Parts: sequence; C-alpha cells; structure tokens
Amino acid sequence: MAVINETLLPAQPPPPDYREPWNASRIAGHLVLGFWVTAAVFLAWWLVQVWNAEFFARYAPRYLEGLQTTLALVIVSIVLGCVLSFPIAFMRMSNNRVLGAVGYAYVYFFRGTPLIAQLFLIYYGFGSFREELEAVGLWAFFRDAWNCALTAFTLNTAAYQAEILRGAIESVPRGQWEGSKALGISRITTFRKIILPQAMIVALRPYGNEIILMIKGSAIVAIVTVFDLMGETRRAFSRTFDFQTYVWAAILYLVMVEAIRNVWNIIERRLTRHLKR
Amino acid sequence: MDALQLLAFGDTGWGDEIARGLLVTVSLAVATLPLGLLIGFLLALAKQSSEPTLRVSADIYTTIFRGLPELLTIFMVYFGLQIAIRQVSIALGFEGGIEINAFVAGLIALALVFSSYASEVFLSAFRAIPNGQYEGANALGLTGGQTMRLVIVPQLVRIALPGLGNLWMILLKDTALISVIGLSDIMRQTGIAARVTKEAFLFFGLACLLFLALAMLSSVVFSRIETAARRSGQR
Repeated sequence: MAVINETLLPAQPPPPDYREPWNASRIAGHLVLGFWVTAAVFLAWWLVQVWNAEFFARYAPRYLEGLQTTLALVIVSIVLGCVLSFPIAFMRMSNNRVLGAVGYAYVYFFRGTPLIAQLFLIYYGFGSFREELEAVGLWAFFRDAWNCALTAFTLNTAAYQAEILRGAIESVPRGQWEGSKALGISRITTFRKIILPQAMIVALRPYGNEIILMIKGSAIVAIVTVFDLMGETRRAFSRTFDFQTYVWAAILYLVMVEAIRNVWNIIERRLTRHLKR
Repeated sequence: MDALQLLAFGDTGWGDEIARGLLVTVSLAVATLPLGLLIGFLLALAKQSSEPTLRVSADIYTTIFRGLPELLTIFMVYFGLQIAIRQVSIALGFEGGIEINAFVAGLIALALVFSSYASEVFLSAFRAIPNGQYEGANALGLTGGQTMRLVIVPQLVRIALPGLGNLWMILLKDTALISVIGLSDIMRQTGIAARVTKEAFLFFGLACLLFLALAMLSSVVFSRIETAARRSGQR
C-alpha cells in the first residue's frame, strides 16, 4: 500500500536567478562594447577639448551651405532620374529587340562603371568636344561643374532606378494584367491604377536604398570642385589641418543616412499595413 | 595624335602605364576581398549570437560604415592613421613624418565598407538555414566548430554567393575612389594621361571600358562559381 505523506513541504525559497555564465562570446561582447563606449566617450571628450568658437563660427555656416548643396544635388538628380527611368525600364521590358538591347546597354554601362569615372568622363571628357558643344550652344552648360555633376548623377541613378522599376513591375503577377483586360480596362489605366501601385510597394525599399546610395555617392563631386558637404570639409581641412573637420562631416552624413533609413521604415510600415496579418 | 598611337605600349603611348594601373586596381580589390569576407563573417556571427552586447557592437559597426560615404571613410582612414601614427611616434620619441601607403589605407577603408555590407549578406544567409541543420549536427555529436565547418558554412556559401557577387562588383567600382589619395590605379593613370595629352574623353572613356571589362569578367567567373556551388546542392 502506498504511504501517503500528509504533511506539506515547507515553503521553499525561489530558485536563484539564472545568470549567464561568463563564456567566450559574453566576454568578447563586453570587451567590444566597452571599446565602442570608450571610443564614443573619447570622441566626445576630444571634440570638447578642441572646441574653438572661432572655428565654429567660421565653418558652421559653410558646412550648412555644403549640406544644402548636397541635398539639392541628390533631390534634383533623383527626381530627374526617376522621370528618365520610366522610358529606360519600358525599353528593357519591350519585345522589340533593338529597344531592349539599347536599354540593356545603357543600364549595363552605368551600373558597371564607377560613378567617379562617369563624372570625369562628362566633366573633363566633354571638354574634348568643345567646338561641337559650342556649335549647339551646350558648352556653357557643360563648363559648369555643378551641371556636369547633375548630369552624371541623373544618368547614373536613372539606370539604377530603371532596374528597380523593372523588377517591381515584373513582380506583379500576370493575372493582374489579364484580369483587368477581362474587365475591359485599357492598358494605360491598368498600368496606372493596378500595376504601378502594387509595384511601388515592392520598389519602396530599393528606392530608399538608392537615395542613401546617392547621398553617399554625392561626396565625390567634391573632387570636381563642387562645394558640397564633402567639398566644404576638404576645404576646411586643407586650411586648418584639423581632423575634427572630417569628424563633423561624418556626423552630418550619418545623421542624414540614419534619418532617411528610419523615415523609410515608418513609411514602409504605414504603406504595407494592409498586407500584415 | 592618333588614338592608337596614344594607347600604344612603350615610351610614346600610355598603354603600359594604364595597364599597370589596371593591375593595381585588380590587386587592391583582390587583396581587400579575403579581409572583408573574414570581418564580415565574424560580424554576422556576432549579429546572430545570443549575447546582446555582441549584437549591439556589430550593429554599431555596420551603421557607421554603411552610413558614411566611401570617400569620407577613405579620407578619414588615410589622414586619421597618419595623425595617429605621428602621435604614437612622438610619444615614443621618434621624429620625422611617416607617410601612410595609399594602398594600405585604401585596403583598410574598403575592407571596413565591404565587411559591413558582407555581414548583412551572411546574416540573411544564416537565417535561411533551417534550425534542423544545427539540431541534426548536434544529434550526430558534432562539436560547435565542426557543425559550423562541415554543415553550416558549405550551405551558407551557396546561399550567400549571389549577394557576395554584387558586393564584389561594388568593391571593384569603389577602388576607383582610392585614386584621390594618390594610388596609381586606372583612374589616376588615365587622369594623368588625359591631363598630359588633352584627350580627356578618350582616356576616361577607356577607364570606363576597362571597368566594364572587369565587370564582365567577374560576372563570367561568378556564374562559373555559382554553377560549381550549386552542383553539390542538387539531388
């Protein structure tokens, strides 16, 4: 017969909190994080140490001007590139083999060569055709570094945006086209009201990445004497030989990129809320 | 002068100078690749570890080096290293300036950028490997290192290859930026030739074509590697 113990056990203290043992990854993690914290503290301390009111008063307005130039360059070239990307994307998707080849060659060239080489090709290279350009009245346009940078960036981003657009449009299932055809909707209306809205959701994230890439890529215009944020930084460094000029630029660029990344996450969450279950 | 004459090898043309620049570009990219892959892999390991401090540290690294313009990273590494070395050498009692090699500065800067992008590629490849692979390896009695080496990495490479191929193309194009700190790569050599001969369009066009040729060659090589990698995955 089973013996039943009628007395209850006395209340026990709770088990001790689980402590992660100090294994290799935990030690490494704390060391690396410690390094980052030290670096951040050192950076802040150093920036306070080298703080110079005269320097700040002199260069802060220039940095802001440079920032404006950078933003203007990026925004204008992204918008123009977006307009240009539509015909290129349609050429890429067309059944006409010649058009398809031209679109493919355009995209391949601008995606396969460095942006800096394209910029040099336009800024320095077009000088080789000075007489021809003067004949058609374009020389005044291409003599200016800002216009050359804008042209190069627009052509470059158009190629990338065309690929984003093409991928997005092709990701919309064929049934969407067939369904609207069955409903008697014209092709243009189908594209505008049915295909494009669905494609844009797919294209949203790549577009955000493209904007970030353009902000980062725009730094190279400093080499062809456009005084964007990077150009102002280089000018300030060449006058003061003070490394904090670069640190301030780095902070500004990081803030810009992180701001866009976070705004884009919010936009994406908002626009795709009907797709969440 | 005739274009062919300008591009000839030897004393009269610029062919040999530009060919040397091509070699420098390729060797910089090839030297950066293993370093960037190694750091990127370690970062991906850190990002998917259970230890929060490791994850945060790796995220800080990626945020910084993906957010900074490549050109700024290059300048900061180039000038920052020079200043740091000067400070250290003054502290140790050495005198005289020390020049940092543009190749080394470029290598470090590009590896920083490449590894932060590569870590994301590796991370998404890690996430694509089902948990059952780890559990199966555990059930077979493999140690952690053996699981990684024999089970996970072979699959990881196959999944990560297309992403890494894209990153290689970006790396190849980013090497052009190192010319601004004085590395004699394609961009710099063609730039010198353009300035001397006043045939800028010819030489910068040539630079573009060389980069295009490198891109084509890489895509051929990568599709070969991908085919070879896929073979072991087919049933």
